[in-house]
Amino acid sequence: MEQLKTIGRELAMGSQGVWGSSKEFLELVKTIGEAKSKAEEERIVLAEIESLKRRIQEPDVPRKKMKEYIMRLVYVEMLGHDASFGYIHAVKMTHDDNLLLKRSGYLAVTLFLNEDHDLIILIINTIQKDLKSDNYLVCCAALTAVCRLINEETIPAVLPQIVELLNHQKELVRKKAVMALHRFFQRSPSTVSHLFPAFQERLCDRDPSVMSAVLCALYDMILVNVKPFKHLVASLVSILKQAVEHRLPKSYDYHRTPAPFVQIKLLKILALLGTGDKAASENMFNVLGDILKRSDSTSNIGNAILYECVRTLTSIYTNPRLLQNAAEITAKFLKSDSHNLKYMGIDALGRLIKITPECAENHQLAVIDCLEDPDDTLKRKTLDLLYKMTKANNVEVIVERMVEYIRNISDNHYKTEISSRVIELAERYAPSNQWFIQTMNQVFEIAGDLVPQKVAHDLMRLIAEGAGEEDEDADSHLRSSAVQAYLQILKEPKLPSILLQVISWVLGEYGIADGSHSAEFIIGKLCDIVATRPGDDKLKGYVVSAITKICAFEKAAGQTVDLIPECVSFIEELYASHSTDLQQRVYEFHAVLKLDRDTLASILPMDASCEDIEVDKDLSFLNSFVESALANGSRPYLSDNERRGMGAMTTLASNNDAGTSSLLRFQPYEKPSIPEPAAALVTASHYSQDAIDQHDIYSSAITVSTSSKAPESSSNDGTRLKLEGVQKKWGRPTYTPEAQVPKNPINISDSVKVSSSAAGKEASSRNSSAPPYTERKQPPQEISAEKKKLAASLFGSKAGDTKAKPAAKLQQNGTSKKAPAKPTSPPPPAPAPPPADLLDLSDSLPQTPSVDPVDQLADLISVDSSAATSTTSLVEQVFDAGKVATKGPSPQASLQKDAVSRQVGVTPSGGTNPDLFKDLFG
Amino acid sequence: MIDAVLVMNTQGKPRLAKFYKSLSPVKQQEIVRKVYTGLSSRAEHFCNFVEADEIFGAGTKLVYKHFATLYFVFVIDSGESELGILDLIQVFVETLDSIFKNVCELDIVFNFNKVNTVLDEIVMGGQVVETNSTEIVKSVQEIFK
Repeated sequence: MEQLKTIGRELAMGSQGVWGSSKEFLELVKTIGEAKSKAEEERIVLAEIESLKRRIQEPDVPRKKMKEYIMRLVYVEMLGHDASFGYIHAVKMTHDDNLLLKRSGYLAVTLFLNEDHDLIILIINTIQKDLKSDNYLVCCAALTAVCRLINEETIPAVLPQIVELLNHQKELVRKKAVMALHRFFQRSPSTVSHLFPAFQERLCDRDPSVMSAVLCALYDMILVNVKPFKHLVASLVSILKQAVEHRLPKSYDYHRTPAPFVQIKLLKILALLGTGDKAASENMFNVLGDILKRSDSTSNIGNAILYECVRTLTSIYTNPRLLQNAAEITAKFLKSDSHNLKYMGIDALGRLIKITPECAENHQLAVIDCLEDPDDTLKRKTLDLLYKMTKANNVEVIVERMVEYIRNISDNHYKTEISSRVIELAERYAPSNQWFIQTMNQVFEIAGDLVPQKVAHDLMRLIAEGAGEEDEDADSHLRSSAVQAYLQILKEPKLPSILLQVISWVLGEYGIADGSHSAEFIIGKLCDIVATRPGDDKLKGYVVSAITKICAFEKAAGQTVDLIPECVSFIEELYASHSTDLQQRVYEFHAVLKLDRDTLASILPMDASCEDIEVDKDLSFLNSFVESALANGSRPYLSDNERRGMGAMTTLASNNDAGTSSLLRFQPYEKPSIPEPAAALVTASHYSQDAIDQHDIYSSAITVSTSSKAPESSSNDGTRLKLEGVQKKWGRPTYTPEAQVPKNPINISDSVKVSSSAAGKEASSRNSSAPPYTERKQPPQEISAEKKKLAASLFGSKAGDTKAKPAAKLQQNGTSKKAPAKPTSPPPPAPAPPPADLLDLSDSLPQTPSVDPVDQLADLISVDSSAATSTTSLVEQVFDAGKVATKGPSPQASLQKDAVSRQVGVTPSGGTNPDLFKDLFG
Repeated sequence: MIDAVLVMNTQGKPRLAKFYKSLSPVKQQEIVRKVYTGLSSRAEHFCNFVEADEIFGAGTKLVYKHFATLYFVFVIDSGESELGILDLIQVFVETLDSIFKNVCELDIVFNFNKVNTVLDEIVMGGQVVETNSTEIVKSVQEIFK
């Protein structure tokens, strides 16, 4: 009915011209309105576009007709269709002398073009002219267009005219000029920074509407930098006072409230100016008190002012009496029936509790009501508030609410946001590990891959560390309950990859620890995991490592492991995987299976993921080796300076090079002469490049730098790995940057970190090429003591600690507690990152196992674990005879260890929960 | 500031879409759609604010009012007052009403130009310039004299 009436009116207006639109347009809108499907609408609009395209290009279209076409184009574009063919006509129309046509042109242009569009350049000139027009309406039209169309580059073209307009006689123009300048400030603050004084002058404009326009600009400027505006506090307060006392013209009233929009803006500005400034705040107390008294809490706009006032009071330096009033207003909002006021009340409460936390208690019921309200906005706001209110004593309830909420929403954005809050709260306030693990599992289940990887690492760490070292029973209880829980969870379909990774790790580490599950059972489960996500390489990596560990544990315990067929086929498939990381893992798996019991127990000890690895940065255990080398006539280590100018490695080396100092050599190198003990350098030939003739030395340097094991291997001349074929796949050996690093211990540790972290694809490929070299176990004797020392300081490890578990946070403070502890125990390799630990196996191993002890570690490293793995394979080479060099802990060493452990995600156990993650999460 | 002003009908068809930040037409369409989906599911007595972090970026909110067949939506950031904007929508609608005498959806469709002019008098470059309905009507009439 109503619509028909209007259509009638439109028809009538159509005949009048100016305002009316033609019958065609009317028809168009009607048919679109009546369209029964999206497709039909599409058809109609496309037909319209075709006809407009045709007609708009006819010669001599009457201007009024053209205006209508352009409006139709705007309409069409608003419906989501491209009308760019008509842009140029809109631009032309801005040149028109007729104000209405010009305005229509500007309107269309502002809707069509953004400020970087090519056509803008055609309009600048018109705008410049119009800004100078005598007709203030033309000025206004141009100013409105300026706000939309001028970009940083074109600002200077119009800036002078606009500054002039600040003094225009019409307040409407002055106001709009201020707005335009404000816009420029937003686009590019530097272009108008010299105008700040002019802005402030306009604050005293005789017309309050200009003043209120300035307030908008001031707000934005103060937001950027408060300082230059501090002196305005007094003037702003007095303006606010005038407004509150009803001294502005009546025309500023809105629903009998005096100039509410001005008041609101001023309050926002004062909140910024008064933050942390006692003197400024004291200036404001009076007027704020006034507002609280006078504002009318029955109208919407009155409440808007009251809320703004509360907001200001909670931002500025506190005044107890006013805060009391603010609390009362907040209470009123919360008790209101209006959802809008409740919303504002919740928001205000969130601000109040930052200052007076206890005030929340009075509103518990109101808050719970809001939480249960079906209105999503209100609910979310309330969750926000709860998040701010969380303490150790209420965390369980609040987290439960949040989890329930994310379970029921489908919006990924909020799911991510709220789950990260859940995680944060759980980490900070978890009452028990059990609870923490359960909560995390829920979050993983619900939010799955939206959860950052780090959270998974923290969870694994927590499970590994348990409640603290004192209570082993509780720890193993925790772990078996985790295993139990995960086996349960696995029954559910469609689990997110990240949760499966955690599950794989936990099953691998603790699946058979309490003896209630057989290795076959756990391996079967692990294979099932892979089956659910066939394309997930990362997950496969976790699973392979888990299987490796279980097999190792079993064998170490004297059991035989019969791999189930699924597992065998899974593993076999991976031999040909496209992922070199996976390939390496399965080859290592294969190698591990061949190891004997004792070796296994050392390289993959049960439940040792949390043990410390001591890093002996001085490599002092090499001292005797160095001494004997020197005694046998090797050259001492040359410092970096001495070597400068030569390839670092070359200089280091050798007998034959002995005489060369730092000059470059231009003649070809002679054939390498093999330093005495280096006989075993089997693979040396692969990588001999023209540049380097001292293969042995080079290789040893590499080994030393990357793994620090090389020196030990001297006892083991004959041993070779059969890995050459495999390793070669990964590219030919090259200089690794690490090789040179030893010069600077600090750098080295950095580079190590890099390669161990996900970052280093490159590094990993380099590292992976390293293993062949390491096979020659004979380090040339010439390695100088100093170099070793440096290398040691970077990579040395403590024999005493079994696992790479970075010690508790305590270690961050310097020395690790455990360090000195058990120097003699066989150091099993642990999930230690690249700096490999030295393994002292009393029997030399016939073969270096290709399984990397550090695999576990690699699992922990998030993105690209191959880096870690490959480095570790170097480590294995070192399994030779008892070079157990244990070094006392040095602060440096423990620092590095800590760094490493952070990298890896295995961290120091913490005692009690509340601060478990304190230093991680601030 | 105000990031956008949208008027759409209860079927989700846009009747007015003004963005104060540069956005591609495709993005604008997407926003109109998202805003509509966000609003259409809300009951009448719910509050008039919807957090729009996902649509417009952190800290933004939709403040909307439902009149007959139309939603009037202002997208604001934290520099504006939610309740204040609610009254501004009121001002906008009152102004339209006094210009069109009993405004309805079709008035807005057919007088696209005029409606835009009204809005330009209220909001300029994302800032509120005028809040007095009588003043606005006066300047609009001046222009269309």
